[in-house]
Amino acid sequence: MNLYRYSSPSTFYPLAGKLAPWFGWSALILAIVGLWIGFGIAPTDFQQGEAYRIIFIHVATAWMSMFIYLVMAFWSALSLGFNTRLSGMMAQAMAPTGALMTFIALWTGAFWGRPTWGTYWAWDARMTSELILLFLYFGVIALRNAIDDDRRADRACGVLALVGAVNVPIIYFSVQWWNTLHQGSSISATAAPKMAAIMLAGMLVMAIAVWFYSIAVTLVRVRCIILERERGAAWTGQMTEPGKK
Amino acid sequence: MSEFLAMGGYGFYVWGAYGVTALAVVVELLALRARRAAALKASTEAVR
Repeated sequence: MNLYRYSSPSTFYPLAGKLAPWFGWSALILAIVGLWIGFGIAPTDFQQGEAYRIIFIHVATAWMSMFIYLVMAFWSALSLGFNTRLSGMMAQAMAPTGALMTFIALWTGAFWGRPTWGTYWAWDARMTSELILLFLYFGVIALRNAIDDDRRADRACGVLALVGAVNVPIIYFSVQWWNTLHQGSSISATAAPKMAAIMLAGMLVMAIAVWFYSIAVTLVRVRCIILERERGAAWTGQMTEPGKK
Repeated sequence: MSEFLAMGGYGFYVWGAYGVTALAVVVELLALRARRAAALKASTEAVR
């Protein structure tokens, strides 16, 4: 199969429409399974009590908030380098969901931090850099809305997204580089996880659910963006006739 | 059931975190549905 065939908006539009429901329903099923593990099976934490159950969404969305940014920067780089239309549309489609994930990570972190650390917020390295990530997403979205010409907006947002990408490794390594409030990672690719297997399982299932949700929402949003930006092109009219999917 | 909702005294924090998350997701999905409806409408009107 030639994947480049799907690199134009007119061919990607129907493909995204076919894929989105699969990712969406998978996300829902995985979220139900993950929450069932998280609330039904996983035992109470001996130190944090029931408050630790917040981490099932906190860790999953915090990972996703960083990952979406990197993927957005990747599409921005393609858009800047090759001036391809779909790349800019993909970058545009990811920003709102990235901002949502960042907001949820910050919010759930605060609600976990209050009972566990004794404070909703501290100007800790990890939390501050994650807050900067939220502002970067807002900046990309605001810049996009401020520029009428879509291709110029692609370039401006692309530069901002790429420059902002330096913040992602700062967030990721902040708990190692600075010894402030946020604890280090409980999971590592090279060492045994510092948590019970069933808690880890719940967290990973939730992480995959958040992945699939983000993919589904991005695909639906990029279809909207394609329609908005290709309006008036003959193929969009055919695609959106009543009864067409 | 009420014991489950109490979350060992952490009910406010656990449900405060999960509730706002659920709300945020619902808002995103509704916004997306509205955006799709508007894009489809504008697209069919553009060809006519």
